[in-house]
Amino acid sequence: MTAAETETPLSAPLDVGFDYTRSVGPVLGRFVNALRERRVVGVRGDDGRVHVPPVEYDPDTARALTDFTDVGDEGTVVSWSWVAEPLDGQPLQRPFAWALIRLDGADTCLLHAVDAGSPSRISTGMRVKARWADETVGHIRDIVCFVSVDSPPEDPAPAPPPPPVAERAEGEPVSTVITPIHLHYMHSASPEESRYLRGLAEGRLLGQRCPACGKVYVPPRGACPTDGVPTTDEVELPDTGIVTTFCIVNVPFLGQRIKPPYVAAYILLDGADIAFLHLVLGCEASEVRMGMRVRAAWKPREEWSTTLENIAHFEPTGEPDAPYESFAHHL
Amino acid sequence: MTDVAVVGFAQSPSVRRTQGTTNGVEMLVPIFKEVFEQTGLSKRDIGFWCSGSSDYLAGRAFSFIAAIDAIGAFPPIHESHVEMDAAWALYEAWLKIRMGEVDTALVYGFGKSSAGQLRRVLSLQLDPYVVAPLWPDSISLAGLQARLGMEAGLWSEKDLAEVAARSRRDAAGNPFAQLAGDTDAAALLDTPFVADPLRAHDIAPVTDGAAVIVLASAERARDLAERPAVITGIDHRVDSPGLGARDLTRSPSTTAAGRAAGASPDVEIAELHAPFTHQELIVRDALGLGEQVRINPSGGALTGNPMFSAGLVRIGEAARQILAGNARRTLAHATSGPALQQNLVAVLERG
Repeated sequence: MTAAETETPLSAPLDVGFDYTRSVGPVLGRFVNALRERRVVGVRGDDGRVHVPPVEYDPDTARALTDFTDVGDEGTVVSWSWVAEPLDGQPLQRPFAWALIRLDGADTCLLHAVDAGSPSRISTGMRVKARWADETVGHIRDIVCFVSVDSPPEDPAPAPPPPPVAERAEGEPVSTVITPIHLHYMHSASPEESRYLRGLAEGRLLGQRCPACGKVYVPPRGACPTDGVPTTDEVELPDTGIVTTFCIVNVPFLGQRIKPPYVAAYILLDGADIAFLHLVLGCEASEVRMGMRVRAAWKPREEWSTTLENIAHFEPTGEPDAPYESFAHHL
Repeated sequence: MTDVAVVGFAQSPSVRRTQGTTNGVEMLVPIFKEVFEQTGLSKRDIGFWCSGSSDYLAGRAFSFIAAIDAIGAFPPIHESHVEMDAAWALYEAWLKIRMGEVDTALVYGFGKSSAGQLRRVLSLQLDPYVVAPLWPDSISLAGLQARLGMEAGLWSEKDLAEVAARSRRDAAGNPFAQLAGDTDAAALLDTPFVADPLRAHDIAPVTDGAAVIVLASAERARDLAERPAVITGIDHRVDSPGLGARDLTRSPSTTAAGRAAGASPDVEIAELHAPFTHQELIVRDALGLGEQVRINPSGGALTGNPMFSAGLVRIGEAARQILAGNARRTLAHATSGPALQQNLVAVLERG
């Protein structure tokens, strides 16, 4: 068993998020604009059924539907399931029921939350009514949840703040809904990458050789992309190498940490077969060239951790350039 | 058009958590090796590669591209991907062979469900305008479906527990299963609700896993396997995404796919992809499978549910029964999406 297999791979929380911005079009637009006015709108299908939420096309005939009709904000529970531990983002952050609710005047069911308190206080056939948000913005979350008509909760659940709204001209209807989506993961590095990252924390550059093609990968790989087998034999590499190819970044962008112009380059370490992307500083951007010899500029040791950011950038060594033929096959 | 047969199948063990990356490489490398050993093929013999996986499960973009490292894709390969269970990738590969473009294909699916919170991640396959913004989780949606059937008298809690108990007993013979054990319905019913009306045994476990199938034209198949499992029919259909607009206790798309695939009640074994106990009853009813049909001898998805390959595993298990000489005619079903929204049915016969 190799050292890589005996050490637990590195892992760390990874949170990804994005505010999804969607234009609603004429049918869902009717629905969300009505919600903003604390009304619920459905659409009548070719078979006479009223769909809530409205559907753009009839599910059977595929005809575009336009016969909108108001339905009630009260209805009947058709089915329900209990959530003992609410998840992030769900309408209520205390135990609640999901329910399929047939609103009065509708023929299909709306899925929403019911603030019932306990599973003993909800049943199929129960009458429920919408609890509207204090501030409505034209979004499904304008309905905070539903509550029992006969015995609404004495202590209504706290409502989350409204979702963000898109800019629009004064008096214009809502044409866009914004839904923030945030997901949480535990991201794992491969055993090979973990070995490499732990090496970086000690100021070492560890690559591995593919047992089939003999190429040295840095970072090492769970599988050589050419041969489909894990890289195995460890190879310690120096912190010197060459620029294979590069670009001069002139365009500012969100999160940029260096003032343009600067050079992002593929660095091929001496003894490695695969280049990686890094910065070249310490000379004018216009002086950087293919084949230029460079050396790593490490951050102070006390700032090192399991990351290639321990190397602040690469800078020219002043040695003669490598001839093109020596790196042509790495381009 | 040529017939297409399954000639190789391998799967990783179904486990609650792997230490591997979300690109599946660590799970895929050994099972690729295994199917190459089974068939005598090498990567250069494969005409077409197709995979099923999800970036939402991985929490990163283009995870399926990183997975290609496991192939060793040089010289360049002919490759495709679906953001669905790999049973649908198999359908694409089946078409390629049927059309005569290639005569071999390798299909794989992988997923590390443990990287995120699976039931929450799965909310994002719902309507993004008025449903997903509420984050309804996959278990709650299945609970709504289960209660509709209970209250309509279509099944009881005991019926569901019987499905779970049978699955776990059968899984005892499956070395790849995540859950197995000698249990009975009474013992399972004596446990608390997890998501009323569902108990833990009604819900497939969270599973990391991967699977691979090798397909070949009927002509090639004869050289690659002693008893190839010929796909005599395969089709897939979809029901409305409107959860409140369709009858959740039935699966018309399964019936339609089964009819198009030539499903009939005389299959000996059926591997049904039911991540919830009641869904097995819905699918069984939709396909008209009677008591004489052996359902899920592998234990099914209830005993190991690797996302994006559990459907492919059903086809693999149904094929394996033919490849091993245990059966002459089997059926496989795969599902994708919430509450059995999309369904695929394949019928396999000894070639």
